[in-house]
Amino acid sequence: MIRYIVFLLIAVTPLSSHAEIEIFACEPEWAALAEEIGGDLVDATSATTALQDPHYIQARPSLIARVRNADLVVCSGAQLEIGWLPALLQKANNRNVTPGSDGYFEASMYVQRFDATGSVDRAQGDIHPQGNPHVQTNPHNVRLIASALAERMEQLDSENAGAYRSGLVDFTRRWDEAIDRWEARAAPLEGLRVITHHKSWVYLERWLGLEEVANLEPVPGLPPTAGHLSQLVRTFGDNGADVIIRAPYQDERASRWLHERTGIPAVLLPLTVGGTEEATDLFALFDDIIARLLEATQ
Amino acid sequence: MSIDFRKGIRTACIWMLALSGTALLCATSANANEADDLDALRNELNELRDDYEARISNLEQRLAVAEQNARQANTAVAQLGTAPAPAAPASRADATGNSAFNPAIGVIFQGQAWNYGNDPEDYAVQGFPFGGEAGPAGEGLSLGETEINISGNVDDKFTAWLTVPVVIEDGESGIEIEEAWLETLSLPGGLSARFGRFFSGIGYLNDRHAHSWDFVDQPLPYQAFLGDQYLDDGVQLRWIAPTNQFLEFGAEILRGGRYPAAGAGSSGVGARSVFVNTGGDVGTDHSWLAGLSYLDAESIDRPSGDEDDPFLFTGDSSTTIAQFVWKWAPQGNWRQRNFVFQSEYLWRNEDGAYTLPGIGMLRYDIDQRGWYAQAVYQPFPQWRFGGRFDTLSMDDPGIGFAGTGLALPDDDPKRLSFMVDWSNSEFSRLRLQYTRDQAGASDDNQFGLQYTMSIGAHGAHSF
Repeated sequence: MIRYIVFLLIAVTPLSSHAEIEIFACEPEWAALAEEIGGDLVDATSATTALQDPHYIQARPSLIARVRNADLVVCSGAQLEIGWLPALLQKANNRNVTPGSDGYFEASMYVQRFDATGSVDRAQGDIHPQGNPHVQTNPHNVRLIASALAERMEQLDSENAGAYRSGLVDFTRRWDEAIDRWEARAAPLEGLRVITHHKSWVYLERWLGLEEVANLEPVPGLPPTAGHLSQLVRTFGDNGADVIIRAPYQDERASRWLHERTGIPAVLLPLTVGGTEEATDLFALFDDIIARLLEATQ
Repeated sequence: MSIDFRKGIRTACIWMLALSGTALLCATSANANEADDLDALRNELNELRDDYEARISNLEQRLAVAEQNARQANTAVAQLGTAPAPAAPASRADATGNSAFNPAIGVIFQGQAWNYGNDPEDYAVQGFPFGGEAGPAGEGLSLGETEINISGNVDDKFTAWLTVPVVIEDGESGIEIEEAWLETLSLPGGLSARFGRFFSGIGYLNDRHAHSWDFVDQPLPYQAFLGDQYLDDGVQLRWIAPTNQFLEFGAEILRGGRYPAAGAGSSGVGARSVFVNTGGDVGTDHSWLAGLSYLDAESIDRPSGDEDDPFLFTGDSSTTIAQFVWKWAPQGNWRQRNFVFQSEYLWRNEDGAYTLPGIGMLRYDIDQRGWYAQAVYQPFPQWRFGGRFDTLSMDDPGIGFAGTGLALPDDDPKRLSFMVDWSNSEFSRLRLQYTRDQAGASDDNQFGLQYTMSIGAHGAHSF
């Protein structure tokens, strides 16, 4: 009995975090970035893991409680989370993080988005009118977002503005060195012809000069079909592509099937922090993406 | 080079500081003979120096940021060089909304085909005359509710939602206002208020729109006790506790104009409800939601049963609902595979009197109970398989009701349903349902086909 009472008390005790900014990140990359900039001043948790498809998340009670207590919501935006984030925001009754307020940050709004159509015809699949939201796969984007995010943190916690600024300076210095390193290592990848499961990698492709020749999904958002895959075998079976890429949350069977019939190497790439054992932080994420691409195409 | 530059600034500043300090010292030393004055001066100088140091380090930081911004600009230019048509510029007004339109408009199409052994026109559950919207769909092909949803933020403080179904009754179509509510966006302390016409927040299924149901119809206790779904005019207050554990409290005051209330008693505030919900995760694979709610409704001449010759109930109807929902997805990756178990127990007391056609008024104080349990499994994307059991039970209302539709049934009404549905995308779904019905006058096998499709803006679904 006492154990239950203690459990109940712990469960019901208000948050007593020492962090200055409580951050609800929709995806792991933004939680990681917030911590790179804010260090101990922020407490960032991600609503999703790298093994979950961020298009399809349940608006779970635990997430409502976290949004309720957040000072800042950091998401990819461009409608990536449209299936669940609005429900969380509506349920959580937290006026500090409503869209348009200082406590609401959409990362993709600070970079050049590709494939922005402005309007959608759903016959083309589940596409986002504001452009492709998977912006984290280009480190130059991460850099731009970092400075916008640091600025937002300074606004929210002006007392520690200096700390966020120097956090940003430090991160950006290390990040720029890393970008130089990655670009040098990835030079042999230029011109690589890739087949991707979903259009998750357009920013990586642009950065490294890869050429996306096809997707496993017949139209964005729909699972691969036998007919579409057979078509890919016919089109690309004779040395028409160099590598097949999928993210950890995407069904392995489609890329394996195509690999078995065409011999094109299939590779799993972490789409965000935690996507592979190696991708433990933002730096390791790009280290691992490039290492895996190099290994697959040797 | 920039580091040299900064060093230069720093050295220059310190020299200037020293010079101005010396000048100050010279100018004042003649008059300042006392040691106190000298100390004060020293302190002042120290302060001055500290101030300059702080300013210099601030300048240094700014310089560093400026340098980074310059590189950033290069990055951006580099990106622009290779990018196609530029996307919309960064602006906060660009934040995700339901639609580029204001307001967001969506239309949901529903239609069905049913095959029954018994005539659905005569369908009645002994002891539980249906009221409200409850009851089986017509036989054969028919259009269900075509629902138009319009929503948008009114301003920075209010958001609005309107659901207008186009309904077909007796062969004629008409427009209704199903839901029309406003909700606050900026109340402090985790509070929100909703007012207008809305589905009450009691239970789990009550405030869910028909297009998001897992089966074609509502389970028996919802049909019998809430007329499918309790919808009314009123005010709802909700509070989310500032705890790690999700804890939601809600209270409503409603007009009391719709089943199970009727007649808008107490001068138009004839129904009240309270509810509490809690839930959480167990690891990354499991999550759950549990809740308790209570609805107290005054009924004045509430019709149920036969439409032309209804039973009329006047009295107090109180309903308690306990709910539990458990969801599972490997690694929390909902898209690939998931399983949902959900169950609710409803307990109702009706205390008052029934006016029976041809018999007159009879005192009625009876407890009724009902529950359902259902499981839906999605083994791979697009396909789901589900089963549901629902049942009702009640106390004997007495000999006075013998031979009427309110008398105790010989066996507890129950049904067993199975469904399979296929969703091409999250906007389209086709469903097949089979129900073994042992609730109506005689046992029946019922087969239904249903489509649910949506165009335009489509709001996010809650847990």
